[in-house]
Amino acid sequence: MSSDYLLEIEDLHTSIYTDDGVLRAVNGVNLRIPKGTIVGLVGESGCGKSMTARSIMRLLRHPARIDSGRILFGGKDLTTLTDKEMREISGRDISMIFQEPMTSLNPVLKVGFQVEETLRVHGLAASKEEAKRKVIEMFERVGIPEAEKRYSAYPHELSGGLRQRVMIAMAMILKPKLLIADEPTTALDVTIEAQILRLMRDLCKESGMSVLIITHNLGVVAEICEYVYVMYAGYIVEHAPIFDLFDYPRHPYTKGLMASIPRIGGNPEYLYTIPGVVPNLLHLPEGCPFSLRCSAAEEECRKTLPELVRTDEDHFSRCVKACGEQSLEGRAYGAGRE
Amino acid sequence: MKSVMKRLIGMIPVFIGVMLLIFVLLRVVPGDPVQVLLGEHYSQDTIDRLTKAMNLDKPVFEQFLLYLSGVFHGDLGMSYVMKKPVTSLIMEALPQTVILALMASTFAWFVGIGSGIIAAIKQNKAPDHIFMGFSLAGISVPVFMSALFLQYVFSFKLKLLPLSSDGSLKSLILPAIALGWNSAGSVARLTRSNLVDALQADYIDTAKAKGLTNRAVIFGHALRNSMLPVITLMAIQLSSMMSGAVVTESIFAIPGVGRLATNAIQTRDMPLLQGTVLLTTVMVIFGSLLADILYSVIDPRIRREA
Repeated sequence: MSSDYLLEIEDLHTSIYTDDGVLRAVNGVNLRIPKGTIVGLVGESGCGKSMTARSIMRLLRHPARIDSGRILFGGKDLTTLTDKEMREISGRDISMIFQEPMTSLNPVLKVGFQVEETLRVHGLAASKEEAKRKVIEMFERVGIPEAEKRYSAYPHELSGGLRQRVMIAMAMILKPKLLIADEPTTALDVTIEAQILRLMRDLCKESGMSVLIITHNLGVVAEICEYVYVMYAGYIVEHAPIFDLFDYPRHPYTKGLMASIPRIGGNPEYLYTIPGVVPNLLHLPEGCPFSLRCSAAEEECRKTLPELVRTDEDHFSRCVKACGEQSLEGRAYGAGRE
Repeated sequence: MKSVMKRLIGMIPVFIGVMLLIFVLLRVVPGDPVQVLLGEHYSQDTIDRLTKAMNLDKPVFEQFLLYLSGVFHGDLGMSYVMKKPVTSLIMEALPQTVILALMASTFAWFVGIGSGIIAAIKQNKAPDHIFMGFSLAGISVPVFMSALFLQYVFSFKLKLLPLSSDGSLKSLILPAIALGWNSAGSVARLTRSNLVDALQADYIDTAKAKGLTNRAVIFGHALRNSMLPVITLMAIQLSSMMSGAVVTESIFAIPGVGRLATNAIQTRDMPLLQGTVLLTTVMVIFGSLLADILYSVIDPRIRREA
């Protein structure tokens, strides 16, 4: 067991058992988060990113559940822990930030109280005064102005950016080893997004914690991630260090994502989109899940699911053509544009 | 508290409006009160004197103003039939009604909210179905049925509790359960559905991610958010119980406001009827005020708007 990794997800399968059938949301995901690293998990809506995160935190709701696989955190398999053991880890060793700061805070409780609760539930608030002091200190660290006054504010009295800072304070107050951020900036405007990302990066570097950041926004990934996993229809289709991925995307889906980023100086009338839609997870196509939308797909792609193959030192891609195109770097951006 | 004052002042027009409505309605109803009072064999002279004494010869609008000024002085007129001031009749009957209402609603809240919570936690499992079945029965079985059933089992068969009211608290237990049973059913259903909704909210995930126990998540986070509609319902129920439980009071022979109202209707006792309807109005107005105050205690978002 490698000790360089804080979190290792091994062959995770998570499904939603709906009335219409079984929806395979996470299909054999392998994902590793090294200590002190910010790892991104990217993909379109409905590709299984959030389900992966929820599987880690045990926040899956009926009728979703983990079918098989292991989630090793510091050598312990989170999927086999009792609820009580998991509660001890939640909030203290692993914490989570959610997408909607508007609805992720309880509207009827003071934000100070909600942050303090994390301390209290893990028995780390010696006295009321000390707990309050810690919370205010944390508020200051995450850049909440007038922290003392904000301690007794209610969520509706704060702006979206401030609320997300409160969420970060709540998630970080016990200095967890792993922070899972599920679309942390999607609900915020772009200037606030940059501030929040910078804050997360700084806090991460200060405390040596690892971050799994889940997003559909490649801009966010480029901003703070060091390593990226790309997910499509419940499968990891490519993973690579950040610069590798942006410079030499191997999988046609990743290439399509890259091509879809609007560019300054590009044609303002034309924005590239990947043709087609994400396949219905109830009826996944046989073979490569991207084959229906892939312009380079061949007969074989529609028959068998390709393995994740190593294309570079630390770069893996789930495409039969990944190796063949290794030398054709120039095609990276152009591939999807036919 | 400033907003409470504002609300109170805002209620004065509502109050006067309702009184006007009652006043007009009761005068539209056929039947001359003087004749009701005197019977048939009296001289025209007597009738005229009485009409004058009761101010019935004055224009209706003036009658209303006279009545209104009486109300603000605590004078609701004399009961035609009982020959006593309406105010003192209501004051005599009110304690019984209030005690019954408080007992019944305490029962309804404990049973209703308690079983609602259990049903929500055990959603779609056996306890949920059992409690919701009971609550449906509570809502659909009319009070007189459950009252008779309770009387049969606990008074007649088991001889545990008195059959009808003797003024003691013990004798109010059965009526309170009969009256509260109905409310408990709707409180339970509303609590369940709102709690189920609240447990779906995003902040519940946040609370769980902190490592809170299920109990702390439910009682510390979900319950308070789910209580607003339930409080409205409970306030309405309480105010309607406070203004007299007509059926329950009749069955258990409780000398409360409900019985007073039935008597007033049967004997065409206009001032008394006006008095009891007025009491209902006041109770409903204060019930909704109480609900509003409780809202702002529970939900800070409402506090600021007020």
